[in-house]
Amino acid sequence: MQKDNVSQPHKATRDGYGEGVVKAGRKNRNVVVLTADLAESTRSRLFAQEFPDRFIEVGVAEQNLMGIGAGLALAGKVPFVASYAVFSPGRSWDQLRVSVCYSQANVKIIGGHTGLTVGEDGATHQALEDIAMTRVLPNLTVIYPCDALEAEKATVASAEYVGPVYIRLSRFPSPLITTRDTPFEVGRAQVMKKGKDVTLIASGPLLGKVLQAAAVLAKKNVSAEVINLHTIKPLDEKTLLTSLNKTKAVVTVEEHQMYGGVGSTVAEFTAQNCPVPIEFVGMPDHFGESGKPEELLIKYGMDVPHIVHAALKAFHRKHLD
Amino acid sequence: MTAPLSLTDLEQRALLIREDIVKMLSLAGSGHAAGALGMADVFTALYFAVLKHDPHNPQWSDRDKLVLSNGHICPVLYAALAHAGYFSRSLLLTLRKLGSPLQGHPHRLALPGLENSSGPLGQGLSQAIGMALAAKIDGKNNQIYCMMSDGEHDEGQTWEAILFAGKKKIANLTAIIDRNNIQIDGYTEDVMPLEPFRKKYEAFGWHVIEIDGHNMQAIIGACHQAVAIFEQPVAIIAHTIPGKGVEFMQWKPEWHGKAPDPAQAQLALQELRSLGGKIRAEG
Repeated sequence: MQKDNVSQPHKATRDGYGEGVVKAGRKNRNVVVLTADLAESTRSRLFAQEFPDRFIEVGVAEQNLMGIGAGLALAGKVPFVASYAVFSPGRSWDQLRVSVCYSQANVKIIGGHTGLTVGEDGATHQALEDIAMTRVLPNLTVIYPCDALEAEKATVASAEYVGPVYIRLSRFPSPLITTRDTPFEVGRAQVMKKGKDVTLIASGPLLGKVLQAAAVLAKKNVSAEVINLHTIKPLDEKTLLTSLNKTKAVVTVEEHQMYGGVGSTVAEFTAQNCPVPIEFVGMPDHFGESGKPEELLIKYGMDVPHIVHAALKAFHRKHLD
Repeated sequence: MTAPLSLTDLEQRALLIREDIVKMLSLAGSGHAAGALGMADVFTALYFAVLKHDPHNPQWSDRDKLVLSNGHICPVLYAALAHAGYFSRSLLLTLRKLGSPLQGHPHRLALPGLENSSGPLGQGLSQAIGMALAAKIDGKNNQIYCMMSDGEHDEGQTWEAILFAGKKKIANLTAIIDRNNIQIDGYTEDVMPLEPFRKKYEAFGWHVIEIDGHNMQAIIGACHQAVAIFEQPVAIIAHTIPGKGVEFMQWKPEWHGKAPDPAQAQLALQELRSLGGKIRAEG
């Protein structure tokens, strides 16, 4: 169903959001978009061009961005508040916590430019902590789309969903893994490839590398099941449990700190429900740096060989137990 | 809305609200006395003479909205809501108790009549702006009031919001600032000077009205004037006495975050009741 070669079309998930929020705006006139001086690079510009009266520019002021979003939502609007994740929810976390989540304000938070693949801008702009910051907040749904098509669907779905939603996006163009017809449902993980020896759980565009790693593992006679965990919260426990009861070994893969992100989410679940060997692929408690996206992924261990290595380690640990 | 109250009636009502605040805080054993007492006149004026609202239909879509930004003075908001008829006054005595809808800092979803949740300072004005923008987009004529403290002007977010409201010329927004000059660590001008306060707002494009926050007629007049101001957000700087009505609390920063013990509450109630007699005599 999916191909893993470099000739695949590439597109950044932020572009999927930009197109999705226009669709959401056409469907529902209560959809409004706010940005903090980042209309172009969050791709909110598309919405601003079509719906200038429903687009609000707040300047470089992320706390105010989140707060105005909350007020609009409490008055019946469906606001998308878009910035870079290091700024929002990075700087606006208190506002997200109290004005949005505690109040159950129907705000959609767009966190752009996440992960190491932000690249040359360096550590300050590479959001590697935002999953941890958001998933601890009650009432908040956390979504990390794997490609631009999924980001578009997630954007449209979140506009229809009642309640605060955080959508984590990337700037770096990545392969289109899903198709227009691939179903998307908030909170429903997808098994992208069936396997029996080890489960690879990916969130975000690294799913492409995970599928490549699964192909490498197949050549080593290790059958990997691959799950696209696009919704980190609420966690699709049923899909996870079914897979882990079968494979009894798991690897999590994310462009995020190992502490507090997808790995922690899955480890919390397995520790309580199905203790199996688990390995983490992610940022090893370290800040990023400037460099080309692919160079950074190799340096910090989020490339195909590292995923294969982690999978083999989990697989072997299972047999030691 | 019921028939408008006379100024004397409003002053009496404010005293009853002050008495309830003292009782609530004393029973709770903790909470913020000074700001709540100091704003009793402003809240009374709003809920009994200014706001277009319906206590029997808190979600009425054309209502004016009151956003409390400095959530810690919520005893005055709770008491005003109860007196206005949003819920039974007996609920007031459950303040801060387990299971009570009267949370230590207000929670929108817990109690009818609350427009927002607040506690961490500086978040209210942004939310009020969001509500005002939504009203504009929807072509509604309701007014959004944001109650703020002077101390929360130390917060950067407050100034982000002031800057934005000036840019957008949000005319259906009235900020009412409790200028009581105290905050937790002392007097505002010692902790972080705000003066020239009025000029700062004016420089950001706001129209400013300064009033005695204990003069009912002035409060109501300023609110009406604010609605009439064309294409500008309005800040009403209400000069108030923290702890107003209870002499041993007045002007004392140490009463910012404190509740009276039973003996102190007794003294305070005596004093408030004797003030009630004076209003009757003058009226």
